[in-house]
Amino acid sequence: MTAAVADALAPPTARRLSRLRHLDLIGLVVTLATVALAIAWAFPLYWGLVTTFKHEYEIVKPGIQLWPADFTFENYVHVLLQTKIGLWYINSLITSGAVTGIVMLMAASAGYAISQLNFPGRTLFWWMIMASFMVPIPALIVNHFILMGQFGWVNTLAGVIAPQLIAPVTVIIYKQFFDSVPKDFREAAVMDGANEFQLLFRIYLPMNWGITTALAIITFIGAWNLFLWPFLAVSSEDKMNITVGITQVHDAFGVSYGRDLAVAMLAALPVALVYLIFQRRVTQAIMLSAGIKG
Amino acid sequence: MLKSKRSEYAAAAILMAPFVVVYGVLFVYPTIKMVELSFTNAPLIGPGQWVGFDNYWRLATERQFPLAVWNTIYFVLLSALPSTLLALVVALGVNRLKGWVQSLVLAAFFLPYILPVSVVWRIWSWMFDKDFGIAQYLIAPLNGGQHLSIFRTIPLFMPMVALVTIWWLLGFNVLLFVAGLRNISKEIYEAAGLDGASRWAQFSRITWPLIWPVTVLVLTIQLILQFKIFDQVYLFTQGGYRVDTTMVMVQYIFRQAFQLNKGGLAAAASVFLFLLIIVMSVLQYQLLRGRGQR
Repeated sequence: MTAAVADALAPPTARRLSRLRHLDLIGLVVTLATVALAIAWAFPLYWGLVTTFKHEYEIVKPGIQLWPADFTFENYVHVLLQTKIGLWYINSLITSGAVTGIVMLMAASAGYAISQLNFPGRTLFWWMIMASFMVPIPALIVNHFILMGQFGWVNTLAGVIAPQLIAPVTVIIYKQFFDSVPKDFREAAVMDGANEFQLLFRIYLPMNWGITTALAIITFIGAWNLFLWPFLAVSSEDKMNITVGITQVHDAFGVSYGRDLAVAMLAALPVALVYLIFQRRVTQAIMLSAGIKG
Repeated sequence: MLKSKRSEYAAAAILMAPFVVVYGVLFVYPTIKMVELSFTNAPLIGPGQWVGFDNYWRLATERQFPLAVWNTIYFVLLSALPSTLLALVVALGVNRLKGWVQSLVLAAFFLPYILPVSVVWRIWSWMFDKDFGIAQYLIAPLNGGQHLSIFRTIPLFMPMVALVTIWWLLGFNVLLFVAGLRNISKEIYEAAGLDGASRWAQFSRITWPLIWPVTVLVLTIQLILQFKIFDQVYLFTQGGYRVDTTMVMVQYIFRQAFQLNKGGLAAAASVFLFLLIIVMSVLQYQLLRGRGQR
């Protein structure tokens, strides 16, 4: 690094740039461009949202109306009353909730055992988990479907949930966090006669509460947003998740832009809220999963 | 001592059991079955006969599968590299901002990332809508004053789906780059700035070498992710015609297994995808290790 810095300090550029730094025109341009791009990035989402508050006649009127002339909730009222969105919401809540709960419990237990206990096959399990996080789940759709057929779980919520339970990344992160808990806590608790389950649920999990919430939140968001598997596993409208359901309503209404978008906004609402409330946790978990400690 | 060892094994067995069962039933078993199925002519559900490498031979010699592989590679090229470079540029811009402006700008880029894919599809179908889409104000002048159905114009299909995908996923890359940039010590820049190193010298001699591992990480994550593309391509072709021309690999698997009832052939294509992703993951691991990621 010192070599790179020394290189960067070549004198001729110095005088030229010291003048620029006072003006810092480039810096200003970069900042403005970044803000402009951010506005462009947010626009489609804004435009989709604002369209849902317009009457259909206003939506198809030529010209760009950035705010509804006559603000209305009629699109939302219509989709809430006329589609199965309530049922899809419940299905999404059940499946995403179950996936999150089971994955967290399973991953914490396995991560704890691999991190803290000595048992035959421990290293083998660890390598298998490390190897499996690169496996492409979409390549398994055919055999997951066959397997769900054998269980009699096709077109059931259990069938939607089951294949989503493979979560090696969560186990890996838990193992790493449990590794870094100081041994003193463990020894003191063992002295007091605590067993392994008490150690896990009374000491190791509470000490890693932050990472547990972070992982739970992104597991939930991931399960809520998943499209391919819930789309394959379920064929009847009553069992659909909301992400799959909203792709089906189009045919039911004919074309109605306001309603189509209103359903979409309702589908995005829970994850958007979760993100806005737990912003820091979400970003932390994403960076951990990507392999960078945040 | 012996007793405590046995109780440790027992605790490990109980803690590992849920994970091992799920892993075995939903991951190891379907993977083995997938390979087995790929050597038979079985339908999706039901028995079939051993046909050796016939399915693989067919994949290599027919027209559709090589086309699907090519379409997938084309999509990966259009999405993974541009989104990595754009994210780096955006992150450099975001890194200059401070306080609430920075949080707001970062949120603008990140919010699309947490949306379900079907919501992204709805928003962009509306943006590009042939009759009333706001993007037609930009498209029409370029198209001789005529509105254009973007997703039904074959040469535009993949680039536009890639554009939507970049919009959707860019925030994730930006987040990783911003974290990487924050990890570069301020003192290095201060030392360089004090001695008048040009902005370009600072970037090429300090930022770029230090951000390189993050660049490799982001690029390989995107590559691996985009090879599994299905959702967007499927949704944007929905109700359209000429699906075959724009078909991608997972879509081919879906078509063979769930629409044409050819389980064996679909499994062979799955094995191909499976191996492809694993090769790329190993490559990623080697690259990251080779460059000495911190």
